[in-house]
Amino acid sequence: MSSENQERATVSASLDRSSAKHGEEHHGNREFVRFVPLERALHATMVVSFITLAGTGMSLKFSYTPWARVLSRFLGGFQTAGYIHRFAATIMFCVFFTHLVSLVKLKNREYKSWADMILGPNSMLPTLKDGREFVQTMKWFLGKGPRPQYSRWTYWEKFDYFAVFWGIFIIGSTGLTLWFPVLFTRILPGWFINLATIIHSDEALLATGFIFTVHFFNTHLRPEKFPMDVVVFTGQMPLAELKRDKPMEYEELKSKGELHLHMAEPHPEVVVKMIRAFAWVALSLGFSIVIGIIYAMIFAYR
Amino acid sequence: MAIKSERAWRAKHTPPAQPIHLLQVLGPRALLLVLFVTFALVFSAPALAAHASDSSDTCLACHGDKSMSTKHGGKTVSLFVDGKKFAPSVHGAVGCTGCHADLEGKDFPHGTPAKVKCGSCHSQEQDLYAKSLHGKAAARGDQLAPRCVNCHGNHDIVPVKDKRSAVAPLRIPFVCGTCHQEGTAVMKTRNIDQHDILTNYTESIHGEAVLKKGLTVAATCASCHTAHSILPHTDPNSSIARRNIAATCTKCHGQIEAVHRKIIRGELWEKESNVLPACIDCHQPHKVRSVFYDKGMANADCMRCHANPTLKAKDGRSMLVSEVEVAGSRHAKVACSQCHSEVNVSHNRPCETITKKVDCSKCHEAVGEDYGRSIHGQLTAKNDPVAPGCRDCHGTHGILGKTDPKSTTFPTNIPGLCSKCHLEGKKAALRYTGTQHNIIGNYTESIHGKGLLESGLTVTATCTGCHTAHRILPAKDPASTVNPKNVPATCGKCHNGIEDQFNKSVHSPSVSGTDKELPVCSTCHTAHTISRTDETGFELGVMTTCGKCHGEIAKSYFETYHGKVSRLGYTKAAKCFDCHGSHDIAKISDPRSHLSRDNVVATCRKCHSNATRRFAGYLTHATHHDPKKYPILFYAFWGMTGLLVGTFVVGGVHTLLWLPRAFQMRRELKEAEAKEEAALQAEAEREASNGSSEKDKE
Repeated sequence: MSSENQERATVSASLDRSSAKHGEEHHGNREFVRFVPLERALHATMVVSFITLAGTGMSLKFSYTPWARVLSRFLGGFQTAGYIHRFAATIMFCVFFTHLVSLVKLKNREYKSWADMILGPNSMLPTLKDGREFVQTMKWFLGKGPRPQYSRWTYWEKFDYFAVFWGIFIIGSTGLTLWFPVLFTRILPGWFINLATIIHSDEALLATGFIFTVHFFNTHLRPEKFPMDVVVFTGQMPLAELKRDKPMEYEELKSKGELHLHMAEPHPEVVVKMIRAFAWVALSLGFSIVIGIIYAMIFAYR
Repeated sequence: MAIKSERAWRAKHTPPAQPIHLLQVLGPRALLLVLFVTFALVFSAPALAAHASDSSDTCLACHGDKSMSTKHGGKTVSLFVDGKKFAPSVHGAVGCTGCHADLEGKDFPHGTPAKVKCGSCHSQEQDLYAKSLHGKAAARGDQLAPRCVNCHGNHDIVPVKDKRSAVAPLRIPFVCGTCHQEGTAVMKTRNIDQHDILTNYTESIHGEAVLKKGLTVAATCASCHTAHSILPHTDPNSSIARRNIAATCTKCHGQIEAVHRKIIRGELWEKESNVLPACIDCHQPHKVRSVFYDKGMANADCMRCHANPTLKAKDGRSMLVSEVEVAGSRHAKVACSQCHSEVNVSHNRPCETITKKVDCSKCHEAVGEDYGRSIHGQLTAKNDPVAPGCRDCHGTHGILGKTDPKSTTFPTNIPGLCSKCHLEGKKAALRYTGTQHNIIGNYTESIHGKGLLESGLTVTATCTGCHTAHRILPAKDPASTVNPKNVPATCGKCHNGIEDQFNKSVHSPSVSGTDKELPVCSTCHTAHTISRTDETGFELGVMTTCGKCHGEIAKSYFETYHGKVSRLGYTKAAKCFDCHGSHDIAKISDPRSHLSRDNVVATCRKCHSNATRRFAGYLTHATHHDPKKYPILFYAFWGMTGLLVGTFVVGGVHTLLWLPRAFQMRRELKEAEAKEEAALQAEAEREASNGSSEKDKE
C-alpha cells in the first residue's frame, strides 16, 4: 500500500522517552513510519472482518464436521452465524471502498495524475523491477546471489495486495448473489446460484488458506522477525530494520535527505503490548481455522 | 310343607268364587237355547254308547253296587265301578272285556281277574315305561313303583286334554306329588337328590303359572321328565341328563338366546353342553324362578366358603372372593357359576367338579377367537408359562369396563399394563428379538405417550390402539395390524385424512406400482418414538430418513445450501418435505406434485416470497461431481480447485525456499546485536569511569 509522506512525517507522538522503550535495540530511538493511521485501522478492521467471515463461512462449508457444528452453536446457531457473516461482509466492503477513496485522495494530494502514481517508484502495480527482483530472490534462495535490494513494496507484498482485490471482487460478487438470490435471478439463470456457491466457497477457501499460511509467514512470522512483525498495526519500525529489509527505500530517502520526515516517537509500551496481544489472537484464530480446514479436507471429507 | 291333596291346595290358593246367577250372564232367551241343547244331548247319549254297553251292562249289574267289595290280603277292597263315569271315559267304547279280556265268557262269580295290560293297546307307552325308572322298579317288584293305574286311574280315564283327566297339566304336579313330596315313603326310602320337590315346584315360576294362573302350557313335571320314559339324570338318555337338559328346556324356551347372551345359542347348548353351564346350573330344577340370583345355586352358595379370608387353595393362594369387588365389576350381574361353569349342584361342594380355568370365550366368543389367533393366544396354546391370558390383563372378579378410569384397560392404564411384560428387562422384552427397544420408555416420550399420559387424552393411540387389544401379532405376520402392509390403515384409523393423502402418493403401492419395499408411516415416523413433526429433531432427522432410500439425492442435497444449513440445525431452510410434501409426495412429472411445472414457483415462494420461475431454476440437488449432468458446476469446481492448488504450490514452494535464508538472516542479526551490545557495554563503562565530571557539568 502506498502512503503519504507528508502525513507520515507529521505523525510524531510527543511521548515520554523512558516509557517508549520498544524492541531490544532501540532504547527509545525514534522510529521509521511505514503506515499511516488509516492504513493501520483498515488492516486491523479487515483482520477482524476476515476472520469473522472465515469462521462463520467455514462452519457452513464444513457443516459435516463436528467442529463446524460446535462453532455454529457457539456463534448462536446457523441463523445468527449468517447475520454475523453478512455484517462482517458489509464491513469488508466498507474497508475496500474506504481504501479506494483514500487512493483517490492520495493521487489528488501527491501525484499529478493516475499515471504518475501508478508508474512511480512507490506504485503497487507489478513492474519490471519486480520481475527482476523475483529472479534475484530465487537466486538468493538457492544461494547463488545476494539478497535483492528491495524497495518500498516487494513483489510478494504486491501479490498479497492484489489478492485482496481479486478476493473482494470474486467472493464479494458471488456473496451478494447468494445474499439476494431472488434479485439476481431476475437476470441470471437459477443454476447461477449453484455456480456462485461453488465459486464463493472455493475462492474463500483459497483466500483463507493463503492468508493464514503464506501471508502469515511472509509478513508476520519470518524467522528474522520472530516472534512477530506488527508494523502493519503499529505503523512504525526501527530504522535499522528498514535499512535491512528495504535497503533501496532507505538509501533513496537518505540520499534525498527526507528520512527525518518519516521519523516518529515510538508508541508507549502498553500500546505495543495490546497490539501484540491482538495480533496473537488474530494469528491463533487464523491457525485454528487452517487446522479446522485441514481436518475437514483430509479426515472428514465427504 | 306337604300338600295333602289337590282340593286342599286349591282351597287354600284359589279365591272363593262369587255365586253368579246364570240369568245374569246369559239372559232369558239364551237360557231357552241352553235347555234345548241339554235335552237333545241327554236323549241322544245312550244311543251313541249302545253297542259297547251290552257286556258292560252285564258287569255293572253286579259292580254297579257301591257296597260290592272283597277281601284282599286282609284288606277290604271295593269292587264298585261307577258306570256313569265309565261310559263317557275313553275306554267306554271298548267295554269292560276290552281290558279285562280274561273275563270274557267267564261264569259268575268270576275269580280274581288278571292285571290289566294297558300295553296290549298302548304298546309305545308300555315300551317307554318298561325302560323307565318306574317301569324298572315295577319289574323288580318294587311295591312303591307306580303303574299305569297309579297315574291314569282305571275306569274313569278321560283324554289328557280333558280338565277332569288325572294327568291334565293342572293335575300332574299332584299326581307326581303323591309320591314325590316330603314325608312320603318314596322320598324317605329312595335316594333322590331333590327335596321339597312339590313345594318348590309350586312356588317356582312354572308352578305358579300352572297352578295359580292355570296356564296349561307351562312346564309341569312331565314336560321335563317326560310322561313315560322317566329316567334318573345320571342316565345319558334321560331328558334331564346334563347333556340333554338344554334340549329339554328349549322345547319351550326356543328363543332363549334372545334373553341370554349370544353365546347361548341353541346349537351351542347342544354341541358343547359339557363346557357350558347347563340351564339348571343357574335355574335350579323345581325352584326355577324369574329372579333366581338370590336363591339357588347362586353366588350366595359360593360365598358361604369364599367369603372366608383364611380360605386357601392347596398351593397357598387365597381363595377369598370379595363380593364388593364383584358387585362393582362389569360382571356384577353374572353368577359365579356362569364363569366357573363346571360346578355340579348335586355335590355338597358344587365347585369340586371344576377342573379347568374360567374360559371367558364362552361368552366373549369373538374376543376369544381373536385372542386364539394372537401371539399371546398362540403361546398360551403351547402352554407357554409366561403367555398372558384374559385375567393377566383384565383381572378376575373386579373386571371393569374399559371406559372406567379405574379399569386396567382404561386407555391411560394400558401402557402400564403392557409394561408389566414389555418393559425392558421383563419377560416379554427378554424374549423379543426384533428391532424395537425400550418400547415403553420411548412410547412415554412419544407424542402419543405424552398425549395420553401427560395430557390425559384418552383418544390418543395406546399400545392397543395400534396392536389391537386381543389380536396382537408380530409385525412380520401379514395379518398383523403393524405389518408394513397394514400400517397405513392402522394409523389411518385416527389419521384418516393423512391416510387418504398417503394412498394417493408415490409411496403408495397402488400409485407407484413397484414391487420394491415402500415406506409406510413408521418408516419415517418410527413406531414408538413418534415425535411432533414440528419438532427440530424430527424435521432435521427426516433428511436422513428419506436418505435411507434416496441415498444419492440426499447426499447431493447436503452439498447445497439448504442441506448444509439444515445440518447445522437451522430448521427454516428447505428440507425434503418442504418442497416435495410429506404425505402427498408425487412424482415431479405428476401435475399434483408440489414441484410440478405449475406448482414449483409457489412452492419456492413459501420461503422466498418474491421467487420467480427463473429462481426456481436453482438446482436443489446439484453436485459438482457429475460432469454429464452438471458440466458447468463440474468445471467451475475443478477450475477453482486448480487455482487453489496452483496458488498454494507457488506460495508454499516460495516460503519453503525462503526459510533457510530467513534463518540465516536471523543468525546474522543476532551476531550483529551481540557485537553492538558489547560495544555499548564498553562505552557505558567508559562513561562510568569519568561519570562524576560529566554529572557536574549537567
